[in-house]
Amino acid sequence: MDETVAEYIRRTVLKIPRDEIKMMLQKWGFLSEAQLQTLNFHQIKDNISQEVVQLCEENSANIKQAAVLDIIYNHIYQNKRMWSVYRMKKSEEELEYFEITDFKKKFKGRLRSALKNVTITFKEYEDNAIWIRVAWGTPYKKPNQYKPSYVVYHSQTPYVFISASVLKSNLPLLCQALIVASNYHDIREMELRSHSLNSLKDIVFKRYSQNFQTYNPKPLQGENVEPESADIRIVQENRSEKERIHRLNQEVFGSGPQPKLEFAQYKLETMFKNGPKIDALDKKEPFRCLVKFSSPHLLESLKSLAPAGMADAPLSPLLTCIPHKARNYFKIRDKKGSFPDSFVSP
Amino acid sequence: HLAKSLPLPSERDHLRPRIDLIVFMIDIKSKYSFKNVETSLAYMDASFFLGKVCFLVTGVGRVNACSIEMNAICKLGEAYCSPMLFCELELEGIRVATAQRLIRILQICAGHIPGVSALSFSSLMRNSDED
Repeated sequence: MDETVAEYIRRTVLKIPRDEIKMMLQKWGFLSEAQLQTLNFHQIKDNISQEVVQLCEENSANIKQAAVLDIIYNHIYQNKRMWSVYRMKKSEEELEYFEITDFKKKFKGRLRSALKNVTITFKEYEDNAIWIRVAWGTPYKKPNQYKPSYVVYHSQTPYVFISASVLKSNLPLLCQALIVASNYHDIREMELRSHSLNSLKDIVFKRYSQNFQTYNPKPLQGENVEPESADIRIVQENRSEKERIHRLNQEVFGSGPQPKLEFAQYKLETMFKNGPKIDALDKKEPFRCLVKFSSPHLLESLKSLAPAGMADAPLSPLLTCIPHKARNYFKIRDKKGSFPDSFVSP
Repeated sequence: HLAKSLPLPSERDHLRPRIDLIVFMIDIKSKYSFKNVETSLAYMDASFFLGKVCFLVTGVGRVNACSIEMNAICKLGEAYCSPMLFCELELEGIRVATAQRLIRILQICAGHIPGVSALSFSSLMRNSDED
């Protein structure tokens, strides 16, 4: 077995929390059940990984098999990576039958014809997700296994989720291989990024609870706007206002859990208005400014702003449009014309 | 009675008892709450400021999260001649002690303590180096 493969397997196992190593090795399926029985999972991780490497040596593991273990790790810990969303376009509305082996062949073919030194690994999961791992090399160097790119493609959709490695120069090649393999003609990056892959899927596949316009003038019987106010001696003067806010919030955000995003970024290129008369700002040029909202769970915190009394309801549509528009990066410019009004650029 | 701002909604006027004490709560971490209190103060009848108003500043335990300057708060208390209480709601001991202080103030404002009236509060607040 290659030294580099042994080292790669050792380092991959070291990343896994000790309690999960057995489960992941079983999922991997490269070591037999008998071999797994010989492993002592109660020692320090250093020793466990050494023993695993020994067993892999016995089975003559190669880099392809090691790469599968890496995919399994990253599938379970997908939220450690930052994911971007790409959307592919077809030229006509042809309904082509998707064939997985054809896809893999074309993908590998396209990448290899441009770059000889790549490691390409595929793994399919039950939810129709195809995970692709690509380790990049150069014409003169072997692929760097420690900085791979991951691609998640749901074959029945035009969406691709990419967690690129630091080597951004390989991105165009990756995109090209994807459209060739999947029979699309164009691919474009969406302004949507997050650590939570599932939430990104929820947003683009529209799987989160949305508001549908229903005629519902009275709140439902079971709805309790004020759960904490069990003490009847406390009187809420603004009960109707609280109910209005609650209703507006429900309309905008829906009643289910929100997709998990960590930030929203607004790049402002608007004229500075209504501020103090400072010479520097008096120029007839747009005032460039970047506003970034960060949160462990941005949409849930936006949803709780108005009920917590920290903002007026309804919230600005610039904030509430995030899941509907499937974007969390915005460029805001003044509308061209006599009355400068801000609008969101496509 | 809890309200998030003044004026109070008129539809509940008939359900309201006599008001003996108004406590304006300012969260020192939220500039929004300070602005809200300032705007609401404008709707107050002047007679309340003879001891029936008090300010409660919360969140003072988290020094790093202060968004409002102490100067601005003290100026507000002086401008409206009303006592300013500081507390940290997250600590049960301080919460209970503050509640007890407020009840004491309320008892005086409601006239339940013979010999002491709400008017005494403003005299207790005057700076000793005035006059």
